Amino acid sequence: MNGRLYVAPATLDEALAAVREHSRDGIVAGGTDAMVNHRSGKRALPDAVVSIHRLRELRNVRVDADGGMHVGALVTHADLAGSSDVLARFTALADASIIVGSPATRAAGTIGGNLVNASPAMDTGSPLLVLGATAELQSYVGIRAVGMAGLWTGPGHSVLNTVELLTAVTIPALPPRSGSAYVRLEYRRAMEIAVVGVASAITLSDDGVVTAASVSLTAVGPTCLLAGDAGRVLVGRRPAGDAIVDACAAAVDAAQPITDNRASATYRRHMVGVMTARAVLAAAGRASGRTVAVPATQHWRDLASIMEVAW
Amino acid sequence: MTYPLRVRINGIEYSTTVEAERTLLDLLRRQLGITGPKEGCDDSECGACMVLIDGQQTNACCTLALQADSRDVTTIEGLADDAIGRSIATRMLDEGGVQCGFCTPGIVISATALLSTRPNPSTEEIRTALAGNLCRCTGYQKIVAAVARAAADLATVVQHDESARSGGGNP
Repeated sequence: MNGRLYVAPATLDEALAAVREHSRDGIVAGGTDAMVNHRSGKRALPDAVVSIHRLRELRNVRVDADGGMHVGALVTHADLAGSSDVLARFTALADASIIVGSPATRAAGTIGGNLVNASPAMDTGSPLLVLGATAELQSYVGIRAVGMAGLWTGPGHSVLNTVELLTAVTIPALPPRSGSAYVRLEYRRAMEIAVVGVASAITLSDDGVVTAASVSLTAVGPTCLLAGDAGRVLVGRRPAGDAIVDACAAAVDAAQPITDNRASATYRRHMVGVMTARAVLAAAGRASGRTVAVPATQHWRDLASIMEVAW
Repeated sequence: MTYPLRVRINGIEYSTTVEAERTLLDLLRRQLGITGPKEGCDDSECGACMVLIDGQQTNACCTLALQADSRDVTTIEGLADDAIGRSIATRMLDEGGVQCGFCTPGIVISATALLSTRPNPSTEEIRTALAGNLCRCTGYQKIVAAVARAAADLATVVQHDESARSGGGNP
Protein backbone atom coordinates (compact mmCIF):
# COMPACT_ATOMS: atom_id res chain seq x y z
CA MET A 1 0.00 0.00 0.00
CA ASN A 2 2.86 2.40 -0.70
CA GLY A 3 2.77 5.32 -3.02
CA ARG A 4 -0.81 5.29 -4.21
CA LEU A 5 -1.65 8.22 -6.42
CA TYR A 6 -4.72 10.37 -5.78
CA VAL A 7 -6.28 12.84 -8.14
CA ALA A 8 -9.55 14.70 -7.68
CA PRO A 9 -10.45 16.34 -11.00
CA ALA A 10 -12.50 19.50 -10.81
CA THR A 11 -14.06 19.31 -14.28
CA LEU A 12 -15.32 16.57 -16.55
CA ASP A 13 -12.49 17.23 -19.02
CA GLU A 14 -9.94 16.83 -16.24
CA ALA A 15 -11.66 13.61 -15.19
CA LEU A 16 -11.59 12.19 -18.73
CA ALA A 17 -7.90 13.04 -18.95
CA ALA A 18 -7.24 11.42 -15.58
CA VAL A 19 -9.10 8.27 -16.66
CA ARG A 20 -7.11 8.26 -19.88
CA GLU A 21 -3.90 8.31 -17.87
CA HIS A 22 -4.84 6.03 -14.97
CA SER A 23 -7.73 3.93 -16.37
CA ARG A 24 -11.20 3.86 -14.87
CA ASP A 25 -10.34 1.11 -12.36
CA GLY A 26 -9.50 3.68 -9.72
CA ILE A 27 -12.61 5.80 -10.01
CA VAL A 28 -14.24 6.48 -6.65
CA ALA A 29 -17.51 8.38 -6.52
CA GLY A 30 -19.49 7.83 -3.30
CA GLY A 31 -17.28 4.92 -2.34
CA THR A 32 -20.12 2.71 -1.16
CA ASP A 33 -18.75 -0.16 -3.25
CA ALA A 34 -15.12 0.79 -3.92
CA MET A 35 -14.26 1.76 -0.36
CA VAL A 36 -16.27 -1.05 1.22
CA ASN A 37 -14.47 -3.55 -1.04
CA HIS A 38 -11.14 -2.02 -0.10
CA ARG A 39 -11.77 -2.07 3.65
CA SER A 40 -13.31 -5.53 3.65
CA GLY A 41 -10.44 -6.98 1.64
CA LYS A 42 -12.59 -7.99 -1.30
CA ARG A 43 -10.84 -5.71 -3.78
CA ALA A 44 -8.11 -3.25 -2.88
CA LEU A 45 -8.03 0.19 -4.42
CA PRO A 46 -5.67 0.24 -7.40
CA ASP A 47 -2.41 2.20 -7.58
CA ALA A 48 -4.12 5.35 -8.79
CA VAL A 49 -7.33 6.67 -7.27
CA VAL A 50 -9.42 9.07 -9.36
CA SER A 51 -11.99 10.66 -7.09
CA ILE A 52 -14.81 12.21 -9.10
CA HIS A 53 -16.82 13.62 -6.19
CA ARG A 54 -16.09 17.22 -7.24
CA LEU A 55 -17.85 16.97 -10.60
CA ARG A 56 -20.97 18.93 -9.66
CA GLU A 57 -22.07 19.01 -13.29
CA LEU A 58 -22.72 15.26 -13.06
CA ARG A 59 -25.14 15.59 -10.19
CA ASN A 60 -28.11 17.07 -12.04
CA VAL A 61 -31.53 15.66 -12.80
CA ARG A 62 -33.15 17.29 -15.80
CA VAL A 63 -36.63 16.68 -17.18
CA ASP A 64 -36.78 17.27 -20.91
CA ALA A 65 -39.63 18.90 -22.82
CA ASP A 66 -40.89 15.50 -23.94
CA GLY A 67 -41.03 14.25 -20.33
CA GLY A 68 -37.91 12.13 -20.55
CA MET A 69 -35.27 12.43 -17.86
CA HIS A 70 -31.53 12.99 -17.93
CA VAL A 71 -29.88 11.81 -14.72
CA GLY A 72 -26.24 12.68 -14.09
CA ALA A 73 -24.00 9.84 -12.97
CA LEU A 74 -23.29 11.41 -9.58
CA VAL A 75 -26.95 11.70 -8.65
CA THR A 76 -27.29 9.78 -5.41
CA HIS A 77 -29.92 7.26 -4.39
CA ALA A 78 -31.14 9.83 -1.86
CA ASP A 79 -31.51 12.39 -4.67
CA LEU A 80 -33.54 9.91 -6.73
CA ALA A 81 -35.70 8.83 -3.80
CA GLY A 82 -36.45 12.45 -2.98
CA SER A 83 -37.16 13.61 -6.52
CA SER A 84 -40.82 14.34 -7.17
CA ASP A 85 -40.17 13.88 -10.90
CA VAL A 86 -38.72 10.40 -10.42
CA LEU A 87 -41.56 9.54 -8.05
CA ALA A 88 -44.24 10.64 -10.49
CA ARG A 89 -42.78 9.47 -13.80
CA PHE A 90 -40.41 6.57 -13.06
CA THR A 91 -41.73 5.20 -9.82
CA ALA A 92 -39.85 1.87 -10.10
CA LEU A 93 -36.61 3.81 -9.80
CA ALA A 94 -37.85 5.52 -6.63
CA ASP A 95 -38.95 2.11 -5.27
CA ALA A 96 -35.37 0.92 -5.77
CA SER A 97 -33.36 3.92 -4.65
CA ILE A 98 -35.22 4.34 -1.39
CA ILE A 99 -34.34 0.81 -0.22
CA VAL A 100 -30.66 0.69 -1.17
CA GLY A 101 -28.56 0.13 1.92
CA SER A 102 -29.05 2.62 4.71
CA PRO A 103 -29.50 6.41 4.85
CA ALA A 104 -25.74 6.92 4.75
CA THR A 105 -25.38 4.54 1.77
CA ARG A 106 -28.12 6.39 -0.07
CA ALA A 107 -26.60 9.77 0.69
CA ALA A 108 -23.22 8.81 -0.80
CA GLY A 109 -23.99 6.08 -3.34
CA THR A 110 -24.46 7.23 -6.92
CA ILE A 111 -26.45 5.83 -9.80
CA GLY A 112 -23.32 5.82 -11.97
CA GLY A 113 -21.40 3.82 -9.41
CA ASN A 114 -24.33 1.44 -8.99
CA LEU A 115 -24.44 0.79 -12.73
CA VAL A 116 -20.71 0.38 -13.32
CA ASN A 117 -20.31 -1.83 -10.25
CA ALA A 118 -22.61 -4.17 -12.18
CA SER A 119 -23.79 -6.32 -9.33
CA PRO A 120 -26.40 -8.88 -10.44
CA ALA A 121 -28.32 -7.85 -7.32
CA MET A 122 -28.19 -4.10 -7.87
CA ASP A 123 -31.55 -2.52 -7.11
CA THR A 124 -31.67 0.15 -9.82
CA GLY A 125 -30.82 -2.26 -12.65
CA SER A 126 -34.21 -3.85 -13.29
CA PRO A 127 -36.12 -0.56 -12.98
CA LEU A 128 -33.83 1.01 -15.57
CA LEU A 129 -34.25 -2.02 -17.83
CA VAL A 130 -38.06 -1.94 -17.79
CA LEU A 131 -37.97 1.83 -18.27
CA GLY A 132 -35.86 1.42 -21.41
CA ALA A 133 -33.03 3.60 -20.10
CA THR A 134 -29.77 4.35 -21.88
CA ALA A 135 -26.32 4.91 -20.41
CA GLU A 136 -24.11 7.73 -21.66
CA LEU A 137 -20.43 6.83 -21.72
CA GLN A 138 -17.71 9.42 -22.27
CA SER A 139 -13.98 9.25 -22.83
CA TYR A 140 -11.35 11.61 -24.14
CA VAL A 141 -12.23 10.19 -27.59
CA GLY A 142 -15.91 11.03 -27.55
CA ILE A 143 -19.31 10.02 -26.29
CA ARG A 144 -21.51 7.00 -26.93
CA ALA A 145 -24.86 5.70 -25.75
CA VAL A 146 -25.45 2.11 -24.69
CA GLY A 147 -28.92 0.74 -24.06
CA MET A 148 -29.28 -0.58 -20.54
CA ALA A 149 -29.90 -4.12 -21.84
CA GLY A 150 -26.45 -4.09 -23.41
CA LEU A 151 -24.54 -2.46 -20.55
CA TRP A 152 -23.60 -5.47 -18.41
CA THR A 153 -21.71 -8.56 -19.50
CA GLY A 154 -21.49 -10.45 -16.23
CA PRO A 155 -21.17 -10.02 -12.45
CA GLY A 156 -19.05 -6.95 -11.92
CA HIS A 157 -18.47 -6.43 -15.64
CA SER A 158 -19.81 -3.89 -18.08
CA VAL A 159 -19.02 -2.84 -21.64
CA LEU A 160 -17.15 0.28 -20.51
CA ASN A 161 -13.64 0.28 -21.90
CA THR A 162 -10.68 1.20 -19.73
CA VAL A 163 -10.87 4.93 -20.45
CA GLU A 164 -14.61 5.47 -20.27
CA LEU A 165 -16.64 7.20 -17.60
CA LEU A 166 -20.38 6.71 -17.27
CA THR A 167 -21.66 10.27 -17.18
CA ALA A 168 -25.44 10.03 -17.36
CA VAL A 169 -28.52 7.86 -17.66
CA THR A 170 -31.36 8.94 -19.91
CA ILE A 171 -34.86 7.58 -19.43
CA PRO A 172 -37.53 8.12 -22.10
CA ALA A 173 -40.97 9.29 -21.07
CA LEU A 174 -43.60 6.59 -20.64
CA PRO A 175 -46.90 6.89 -22.49
CA PRO A 176 -49.97 8.10 -20.59
CA ARG A 177 -51.62 5.46 -18.35
CA SER A 178 -48.29 3.86 -17.55
CA GLY A 179 -46.96 2.72 -14.22
CA SER A 180 -43.82 1.02 -13.00
CA ALA A 181 -42.76 -0.75 -9.84
CA TYR A 182 -39.83 -2.60 -8.26
CA VAL A 183 -40.15 -5.14 -5.46
CA ARG A 184 -37.40 -6.90 -3.61
CA LEU A 185 -37.44 -10.12 -1.59
CA GLU A 186 -35.40 -9.38 1.49
CA TYR A 187 -34.67 -10.97 4.83
CA ARG A 188 -34.54 -7.62 6.61
CA ARG A 189 -35.83 -4.18 5.78
CA ALA A 190 -32.58 -2.22 5.69
CA MET A 191 -28.91 -2.69 4.84
CA GLU A 192 -30.06 -5.53 2.63
CA ILE A 193 -29.27 -7.00 -0.76
CA ALA A 194 -31.96 -8.48 -2.99
CA VAL A 195 -32.52 -12.21 -2.70
CA VAL A 196 -34.80 -11.82 -5.72
CA GLY A 197 -35.93 -8.55 -7.29
CA VAL A 198 -38.49 -7.87 -10.00
CA ALA A 199 -39.35 -4.66 -11.83
CA SER A 200 -42.23 -4.11 -14.18
CA ALA A 201 -43.55 -1.31 -16.37
CA ILE A 202 -47.12 -1.49 -17.70
CA THR A 203 -49.15 0.68 -20.04
CA LEU A 204 -52.94 0.31 -20.10
CA SER A 205 -55.57 1.28 -22.61
CA ASP A 206 -58.50 3.39 -21.42
CA ASP A 207 -60.51 0.25 -20.69
CA GLY A 208 -57.76 -1.44 -18.67
CA VAL A 209 -56.15 -3.72 -21.25
CA VAL A 210 -52.35 -3.99 -21.28
CA THR A 211 -50.91 -2.33 -24.38
CA ALA A 212 -47.25 -2.54 -23.33
CA ALA A 213 -45.48 -4.45 -20.58
CA SER A 214 -41.97 -5.31 -19.50
CA VAL A 215 -40.58 -7.39 -16.65
CA SER A 216 -37.00 -7.54 -15.43
CA LEU A 217 -35.37 -9.84 -12.88
CA THR A 218 -32.69 -9.07 -10.29
CA ALA A 219 -30.32 -11.41 -8.44
CA VAL A 220 -31.28 -14.46 -10.50
CA GLY A 221 -28.69 -14.30 -13.23
CA PRO A 222 -25.22 -13.03 -14.05
CA THR A 223 -26.75 -9.59 -14.63
CA CYS A 224 -30.15 -8.02 -14.20
CA LEU A 225 -32.26 -9.68 -16.91
CA LEU A 226 -35.15 -8.52 -19.04
CA ALA A 227 -37.73 -11.34 -19.14
CA GLY A 228 -39.09 -10.57 -22.60
CA ASP A 229 -41.76 -13.27 -22.69
CA ALA A 230 -43.16 -12.26 -19.32
CA GLY A 231 -43.93 -8.84 -20.74
CA ARG A 232 -45.19 -10.13 -24.09
CA VAL A 233 -47.62 -12.56 -22.51
CA LEU A 234 -49.46 -9.69 -20.79
CA VAL A 235 -50.10 -7.59 -23.89
CA GLY A 236 -53.73 -7.54 -25.01
CA ARG A 237 -55.02 -8.89 -21.69
CA ARG A 238 -56.20 -7.45 -18.41
CA PRO A 239 -53.50 -7.50 -15.72
CA ALA A 240 -55.28 -10.02 -13.53
CA GLY A 241 -55.92 -13.72 -13.04
CA ASP A 242 -54.50 -16.01 -15.74
CA ALA A 243 -52.51 -13.24 -17.39
CA ILE A 244 -50.58 -12.72 -14.18
CA VAL A 245 -50.08 -16.47 -13.78
CA ASP A 246 -48.70 -16.69 -17.32
CA ALA A 247 -46.37 -13.74 -16.77
CA CYS A 248 -45.05 -15.31 -13.59
CA ALA A 249 -44.43 -18.64 -15.35
CA ALA A 250 -42.56 -16.88 -18.15
CA ALA A 251 -40.46 -14.98 -15.62
CA VAL A 252 -39.57 -18.20 -13.83
CA ASP A 253 -38.49 -19.68 -17.17
CA ALA A 254 -36.25 -16.69 -17.83
CA ALA A 255 -34.54 -16.82 -14.46
CA GLN A 256 -31.05 -18.29 -14.12
CA PRO A 257 -30.61 -18.41 -10.35
CA ILE A 258 -27.65 -19.87 -8.53
CA THR A 259 -27.39 -21.26 -5.03
CA ASP A 260 -25.29 -19.07 -2.77
CA ASN A 261 -25.09 -18.21 0.89
CA ARG A 262 -28.25 -16.11 0.64
CA ALA A 263 -30.63 -18.58 -0.99
CA SER A 264 -30.88 -21.78 -2.97
CA ALA A 265 -31.58 -21.72 -6.69
CA THR A 266 -34.81 -23.62 -6.06
CA TYR A 267 -36.09 -21.05 -3.59
CA ARG A 268 -35.09 -18.17 -5.83
CA ARG A 269 -36.78 -19.74 -8.83
CA HIS A 270 -40.00 -20.17 -6.88
CA MET A 271 -39.87 -16.65 -5.51
CA VAL A 272 -39.38 -15.15 -8.98
CA GLY A 273 -42.94 -16.26 -9.62
CA VAL A 274 -44.23 -14.71 -6.40
CA MET A 275 -42.37 -11.43 -6.80
CA THR A 276 -43.33 -11.04 -10.48
CA ALA A 277 -46.98 -11.05 -9.49
CA ARG A 278 -46.34 -8.27 -6.96
CA ALA A 279 -44.32 -6.16 -9.38
CA VAL A 280 -46.83 -6.50 -12.21
CA LEU A 281 -49.80 -5.80 -9.93
CA ALA A 282 -48.15 -2.74 -8.45
CA ALA A 283 -47.14 -1.40 -11.87
CA ALA A 284 -50.59 -2.04 -13.34
CA GLY A 285 -52.25 -0.51 -10.30
CA ARG A 286 -50.19 2.63 -10.67
CA ALA A 287 -50.91 2.68 -14.43
CA SER A 288 -54.63 2.67 -13.67
CA GLY A 289 -54.21 5.59 -11.29
CA ARG A 290 -54.29 3.69 -8.01
CA THR A 291 -51.81 4.58 -5.33
CA VAL A 292 -49.16 2.10 -4.32
CA ALA A 293 -46.89 3.99 -1.97
CA VAL A 294 -43.13 3.88 -2.38
CA PRO A 295 -41.44 1.51 -1.79
CA ALA A 296 -43.62 -1.03 -3.53
CA THR A 297 -41.73 -3.71 -1.62
CA GLN A 298 -43.59 -2.64 1.52
CA HIS A 299 -46.83 -1.37 -0.01
CA TRP A 300 -47.79 -3.81 -2.80
CA ARG A 301 -50.34 -5.26 -0.38
CA ASP A 302 -52.38 -2.08 -0.81
CA LEU A 303 -53.58 -3.64 -4.04
CA ALA A 304 -54.05 -7.27 -3.12
CA SER A 305 -57.67 -6.80 -2.20
CA ILE A 306 -58.50 -4.85 -5.34
CA MET A 307 -56.97 -7.01 -8.04
CA GLU A 308 -57.80 -10.66 -8.58
CA VAL A 309 -54.73 -12.77 -8.49
CA ALA A 310 -54.18 -16.49 -8.65
CA TRP A 311 -50.73 -17.73 -7.81
CA MET B 1 3.20 9.70 -1.41
CA THR B 2 1.11 12.07 0.66
CA TYR B 3 -1.31 14.80 -0.27
CA PRO B 4 -2.26 18.05 1.46
CA LEU B 5 -5.64 18.07 3.17
CA ARG B 6 -7.53 20.99 4.61
CA VAL B 7 -10.72 20.17 6.41
CA ARG B 8 -12.91 21.88 9.00
CA ILE B 9 -13.78 19.51 11.82
CA ASN B 10 -16.24 20.66 14.45
CA GLY B 11 -15.61 24.22 13.41
CA ILE B 12 -11.82 24.04 13.62
CA GLU B 13 -9.69 24.24 10.50
CA TYR B 14 -7.11 21.43 10.19
CA SER B 15 -4.26 21.31 7.73
CA THR B 16 -2.36 18.06 7.32
CA THR B 17 -1.08 15.54 4.80
CA VAL B 18 -2.42 12.03 4.21
CA GLU B 19 -1.90 9.05 1.95
CA ALA B 20 -4.39 8.46 -0.86
CA GLU B 21 -6.08 5.52 0.86
CA ARG B 22 -6.29 7.01 4.37
CA THR B 23 -9.89 6.86 5.53
CA LEU B 24 -11.61 9.75 7.25
CA LEU B 25 -12.14 7.57 10.33
CA ASP B 26 -8.44 6.82 10.55
CA LEU B 27 -7.62 10.49 10.13
CA LEU B 28 -10.01 11.45 12.91
CA ARG B 29 -9.07 8.80 15.45
CA ARG B 30 -5.40 8.15 14.89
CA GLN B 31 -4.04 11.25 13.30
CA LEU B 32 -6.12 13.88 15.10
CA GLY B 33 -7.15 12.14 18.30
CA ILE B 34 -10.86 12.74 17.67
CA THR B 35 -12.07 9.44 19.05
CA GLY B 36 -15.82 10.03 19.30
CA PRO B 37 -16.50 8.12 16.08
CA LYS B 38 -15.76 4.44 16.66
CA GLU B 39 -14.46 1.65 14.45
CA GLY B 40 -17.03 -1.12 14.62
CA CYS B 41 -17.03 -3.04 11.35
CA ASP B 42 -14.75 -1.03 9.05
CA ASP B 43 -17.00 -1.67 6.06
CA SER B 44 -19.94 0.70 6.56
CA GLU B 45 -22.46 -1.73 8.00
CA CYS B 46 -22.62 -0.78 11.68
CA GLY B 47 -22.66 3.02 11.70
CA ALA B 48 -20.43 3.38 14.77
CA CYS B 49 -18.21 5.68 12.71
CA MET B 50 -21.07 7.89 11.52
CA VAL B 51 -20.17 11.55 11.05
CA LEU B 52 -21.73 14.44 9.15
CA ILE B 53 -20.00 15.87 6.09
CA ASP B 54 -21.64 19.16 5.12
CA GLY B 55 -24.58 18.01 7.22
CA GLN B 56 -24.93 14.67 5.46
CA GLN B 57 -24.63 11.30 7.27
CA THR B 58 -21.50 9.45 6.18
CA ASN B 59 -19.71 6.30 7.31
CA ALA B 60 -16.23 7.67 7.95
CA CYS B 61 -14.64 4.22 7.70
CA CYS B 62 -15.42 4.06 4.00
CA THR B 63 -14.77 7.67 3.08
CA LEU B 64 -11.39 8.75 1.82
CA ALA B 65 -9.99 11.48 4.04
CA LEU B 66 -9.06 13.39 0.90
CA GLN B 67 -12.71 13.41 -0.18
CA ALA B 68 -13.39 15.61 2.87
CA ASP B 69 -11.01 18.28 1.59
CA SER B 70 -12.49 21.78 1.90
CA ARG B 71 -15.59 20.42 3.59
CA ASP B 72 -17.19 20.59 7.02
CA VAL B 73 -17.04 17.48 9.16
CA THR B 74 -19.06 17.13 12.33
CA THR B 75 -18.38 14.38 14.85
CA ILE B 76 -20.19 13.67 18.12
CA GLU B 77 -17.79 16.03 19.87
CA GLY B 78 -19.07 18.83 17.65
CA LEU B 79 -22.67 18.30 18.72
CA ALA B 80 -22.01 19.36 22.30
CA ASP B 81 -23.04 22.91 21.41
CA ASP B 82 -25.82 21.89 19.06
CA ALA B 83 -29.34 22.19 20.46
CA ILE B 84 -30.61 19.16 18.56
CA GLY B 85 -27.59 16.99 19.37
CA ARG B 86 -27.68 17.95 23.03
CA SER B 87 -31.35 17.19 23.30
CA ILE B 88 -30.93 13.77 21.73
CA ALA B 89 -27.93 12.94 23.90
CA THR B 90 -29.76 14.03 27.05
CA ARG B 91 -32.83 11.98 26.28
CA MET B 92 -30.72 8.98 25.29
CA LEU B 93 -29.42 8.97 28.86
CA ASP B 94 -32.83 9.69 30.42
CA GLU B 95 -34.63 7.00 28.45
CA GLY B 96 -32.01 4.27 28.87
CA GLY B 97 -30.90 4.33 25.25
CA VAL B 98 -27.24 3.98 26.27
CA GLN B 99 -25.72 0.80 27.71
CA CYS B 100 -22.15 0.18 26.61
CA GLY B 101 -22.18 3.40 24.64
CA PHE B 102 -20.20 2.17 21.67
CA CYS B 103 -22.92 2.78 19.10
CA THR B 104 -24.05 5.99 20.78
CA PRO B 105 -21.95 8.58 18.96
CA GLY B 106 -23.09 7.23 15.58
CA ILE B 107 -26.69 7.04 16.77
CA VAL B 108 -26.69 10.64 17.97
CA ILE B 109 -25.17 11.79 14.68
CA SER B 110 -27.80 9.96 12.61
CA ALA B 111 -30.64 11.15 14.84
CA THR B 112 -29.37 14.72 14.66
CA ALA B 113 -29.33 14.52 10.87
CA LEU B 114 -32.95 13.30 11.01
CA LEU B 115 -34.29 15.96 13.36
CA SER B 116 -32.45 18.69 11.48
CA THR B 117 -34.53 17.99 8.39
CA ARG B 118 -37.57 16.27 9.84
CA PRO B 119 -38.42 17.84 13.19
CA ASN B 120 -41.55 15.78 13.76
CA PRO B 121 -40.74 12.27 12.61
CA SER B 122 -42.96 9.25 12.99
CA THR B 123 -41.62 6.19 14.80
CA GLU B 124 -41.22 4.54 11.40
CA GLU B 125 -39.14 7.47 10.15
CA ILE B 126 -36.93 7.35 13.23
CA ARG B 127 -36.29 3.65 12.70
CA THR B 128 -35.53 4.18 9.02
CA ALA B 129 -33.12 7.02 9.82
CA LEU B 130 -31.29 4.78 12.28
CA ALA B 131 -31.31 1.74 9.97
CA GLY B 132 -27.58 2.11 9.37
CA ASN B 133 -26.71 2.15 13.07
CA LEU B 134 -26.46 -1.19 14.84
CA CYS B 135 -26.80 -1.57 18.61
CA ARG B 136 -26.07 -4.86 20.32
CA CYS B 137 -27.19 -3.83 23.78
CA THR B 138 -30.47 -1.98 23.92
CA GLY B 139 -32.80 -3.62 21.42
CA TYR B 140 -33.45 -0.15 19.96
CA GLN B 141 -36.78 0.53 21.71
CA LYS B 142 -35.31 3.04 24.16
CA ILE B 143 -33.20 4.66 21.47
CA VAL B 144 -36.30 5.28 19.35
CA ALA B 145 -38.19 6.57 22.40
CA ALA B 146 -35.31 8.90 23.20
CA VAL B 147 -35.26 10.39 19.71
CA ALA B 148 -39.04 10.83 19.77
CA ARG B 149 -38.84 12.54 23.14
CA ALA B 150 -36.04 14.82 21.94
CA ALA B 151 -38.16 15.74 18.93
CA ALA B 152 -41.02 16.65 21.24
CA ASP B 153 -38.69 18.70 23.48
CA LEU B 154 -37.40 20.65 20.49
CA ALA B 155 -40.93 21.30 19.22
CA THR B 156 -41.82 22.78 22.62
CA VAL B 157 -38.81 25.07 22.41
CA VAL B 158 -39.93 26.27 18.99
CA GLN B 159 -43.46 26.91 20.29
CA HIS B 160 -42.16 28.93 23.22
CA ASP B 161 -39.93 30.95 20.92
CA GLU B 162 -42.82 31.69 18.62
CA SER B 163 -45.20 32.69 21.36
CA ALA B 164 -42.52 34.89 22.93
CA ARG B 165 -42.00 36.59 19.60
CA SER B 166 -45.69 37.20 19.09
CA GLY B 167 -46.01 38.97 22.43
CA GLY B 168 -46.35 36.11 24.90
CA GLY B 169 -49.64 34.49 23.94
CA ASN B 170 -51.04 31.42 25.64
CA PRO B 171 -48.53 28.51 25.61
